[in-house]
Amino acid sequence: MSMIHVNTTVNGDEVDFVCDPRETLLDVLRDRLSLTGAKEGCGTGDCGACSVTVDDRLVCSCLMLGAEAEGKSIATIEGMATTEALDPLQVKFIEYAALQCGICTPGILIATRALLAKNPDPTEEEVRYWLAGNLCRCTGYDKIIRAVLDTAKDLRADAGEAR
Amino acid sequence: MPNDTQKISVKTTDFKVVGTTPDRPDGIDKVTGRAKFGADAYAPGMLHAAIYRSPHAHAKIVKIDMSRAGALKGVKAVVTRADFATGLAGENWNILENIMASDTALYDGHAICAVAATSALIARDAIKLIDVEYEMLPHVTDVDKSMASDAPVIRAGTADKSVPAGLGENVVRYHESGHGDIDAGFAAADLVIEDTFKTEATHQGYIEPHACLATLDTDGKGEVWCCTQGHFNVQKVCAALVGTETSQIRVTASEIGGGFGGKTVVFIEPVALALSRKANRPVKLVMSRSEVFRASGPTASASMDIKIGMMKDGRMTAASAVYRMQGGAFPGAPMEFTSMCGFAPYNLENVHQIGFDVMTNRPKQAAYRAPGSPMAAFAVESVVDELCNELGLDPIEVRLMNASHEGTKASYGPTFQRIGLVQTLEAAKAHPHFTAPLAENTGRGISCGFWFNHGGETSVTMALSEDGTVALSVGTPDIGGSRASMGQMAAEELGIPYEDVRVTIADTATLGYNEISHGSRVTYASGLATIEAARDTLKKLCKRAAAKWGIDEDAVAWVDGCAVPSGANAGDFDPLPIGKITRSMGRTGGPIVGHYEATPEGAGVSFATHIVDAQVDPETGKTAITRYTVVQDAGKAIHPTYVEGQFQGGAAQGIGWALNEEYIYGTDGRLQNTIFLDYRIPVASDLPMIDTVIVEVPNPGHPYGVRGVGETSICPPLAAVANAVSGAVGVRMTQLPMTPPHILSELGKKARAKKGGANG
Repeated sequence: MSMIHVNTTVNGDEVDFVCDPRETLLDVLRDRLSLTGAKEGCGTGDCGACSVTVDDRLVCSCLMLGAEAEGKSIATIEGMATTEALDPLQVKFIEYAALQCGICTPGILIATRALLAKNPDPTEEEVRYWLAGNLCRCTGYDKIIRAVLDTAKDLRADAGEAR
Repeated sequence: MPNDTQKISVKTTDFKVVGTTPDRPDGIDKVTGRAKFGADAYAPGMLHAAIYRSPHAHAKIVKIDMSRAGALKGVKAVVTRADFATGLAGENWNILENIMASDTALYDGHAICAVAATSALIARDAIKLIDVEYEMLPHVTDVDKSMASDAPVIRAGTADKSVPAGLGENVVRYHESGHGDIDAGFAAADLVIEDTFKTEATHQGYIEPHACLATLDTDGKGEVWCCTQGHFNVQKVCAALVGTETSQIRVTASEIGGGFGGKTVVFIEPVALALSRKANRPVKLVMSRSEVFRASGPTASASMDIKIGMMKDGRMTAASAVYRMQGGAFPGAPMEFTSMCGFAPYNLENVHQIGFDVMTNRPKQAAYRAPGSPMAAFAVESVVDELCNELGLDPIEVRLMNASHEGTKASYGPTFQRIGLVQTLEAAKAHPHFTAPLAENTGRGISCGFWFNHGGETSVTMALSEDGTVALSVGTPDIGGSRASMGQMAAEELGIPYEDVRVTIADTATLGYNEISHGSRVTYASGLATIEAARDTLKKLCKRAAAKWGIDEDAVAWVDGCAVPSGANAGDFDPLPIGKITRSMGRTGGPIVGHYEATPEGAGVSFATHIVDAQVDPETGKTAITRYTVVQDAGKAIHPTYVEGQFQGGAAQGIGWALNEEYIYGTDGRLQNTIFLDYRIPVASDLPMIDTVIVEVPNPGHPYGVRGVGETSICPPLAAVANAVSGAVGVRMTQLPMTPPHILSELGKKARAKKGGANG
């Protein structure tokens, strides 16, 4: 099958790749761009471990074709920390032990950042429903929800100080 | 009372690092996406493999034709059973038969052959070109049907000597234990309740599918990278199945994306090795989610009869149980654990239990967190709850009255040493949850749970660097933050900061044999080994100080990270910090390395008591867990936050087992729900916050009193939730999962019975 050449942006950097038309965006990120932070837990869009944003929209990268990345801007877990520091969410997840095995963590962090961009002051229920598409088998979600709520609170305080 | 472990002196106070909550050493790797899991490894020239699996529940394999697949461009190797070792016996034969069928497909998803190709897409295309001719056989997937005399036979002659005569061919192992006179006990009771319970098989549900990268050269030397709970076991099994020597295969454990028992088992690594040997290239093999459901895990399903007698004041007089456990197409359903755990919380004069290991046309069951115990607790604790209801007694007071304690002869034989069941019950009774008012349509359930915990072969090495920092190598894969707790225990013993210890999960070439990370053994056994390795290191450090000072070794003590002269005649020297000793170690005798190799046998058993509120919508039958509290004895919590995480995770998995999760087989014997959409594990919006209370009754078999905590936490929830739902709907729920249709059906039966009663 002939390959497709794709130009796209990943974590702010311009990249190009060739892929089989059947390859998913997740396949491309992992196998062609060496970005293995997004994980395949199911391949059917049920677990959220492959979460990335495409033009700021939260998607399961296993449900999108690599070829569809043409001209888009993709953000993955590898771009979450800046050159100076970890993202406050990353710090809080470690502090709260919001991960045990860590396989779901990249997807949950990406999904949470998308939530806080939309809604900086979510209720516990809003966080639980937003993250209902991200399966975690280890934690029972308790410490994840607490870490998210506490990060949101800190970010709101920082924003308040900045004003 | 006999007590082999009392020689250990248990430290319970004055900890500096133990009991604090430092960040885990793998934290940054895991929040940045850098942590390397099973599927994250790549090798130059690597091929991708895929496995062809049976679409039938039970069928003779007449012919495998791989000519079309082998001819596909990009396909480099194909393997069938003929490419594996011959002449295996016992469990190695079972494992090989499970991961590559010989002449019969025994369940839907049973592996039959495999291919390796230059891309994952080509490998999957090749699978579609494989032609297998089958001769269909009758199948059975239900445990009770499989025990019937007319059931299709999975494999004649499998039963071992324990099975009494007259049982069906599919009953392959038998267990019986107990003490006292149950007939007399039941005769003395004011009330006897007997009931039958069923649980379906559930999957461990780890989010990371099994994955490996393997190389096997023609000279028999191999390398395996894989996600596993026990890489030394992978090494041993792989060597046997591909026909090479154990030491010739080096296995490195990747980060592991959840296991819960399901990754104690070997499924794909020998297949990747066999393909690599044929293709002469590295081979990567990753299961799809549906392969995980169809062919790995799951836990056993159960059918159970429980009978308990009680006096009006709540004292139990006798208890008996029969557990029929279905473990798939191979022996191994954990029926002896089920039998031994069920009545363990109770101090019973008269108790008896029987277990059956039953084969069916399902995947070979694998351990799942306290294998066998949650089902037993569901059945036993439901009957205890019903007795309390009938006699108008408080469920915690009744459990306290009958609770096992130090000196109790356990229902399964031995005498309990120091245990913390009573303390968990007292803490549950004192918890505000237990007396909080209940909302409408809501029930409150209580349950106790028990797990043995385990020690096992363990080997640890501690190497000191010239700057006084420490490289600690352990051989038990870190499945829940154990690198942090090992670092804490090492720092505690050495009197140095936690940050000065770097903990690595070492490969099979680096350490002696380490048993799998299972049986809640890691913090206990690798922890004990770490402490002993540190004490070995300290002895060597003190010896160097003694030589420097020219005094006797016994006259040197270790205090706060320094060697100090100790005793009246030791002399007067300044404390010698660890870094000063290590800086000159090359000139004073060479590298300083402490180590420990043994099979610790003092794992303390552990108990928990859970409280749960469940609200049932009478219109839809949907259950909402509105409040949950876990109380469990941890012996000593090395890292309390991670202990809480184990408590919460076990509770959440138990809630899923109680309410949603089940293997659903069609009449064709095929698994119907092979993706997470249809096999629904709890999501964030399904659960409340899960409160935890850590009880600490020190285990006399560990230097700091540690008891394993990972497994006990899943034992009470099935029963606790069932008791809460039964209270909410006014019907005894005897079958899991309690899905909305199941609850509606029970409510319908109750309504009809009431109407019938009113009319009649």
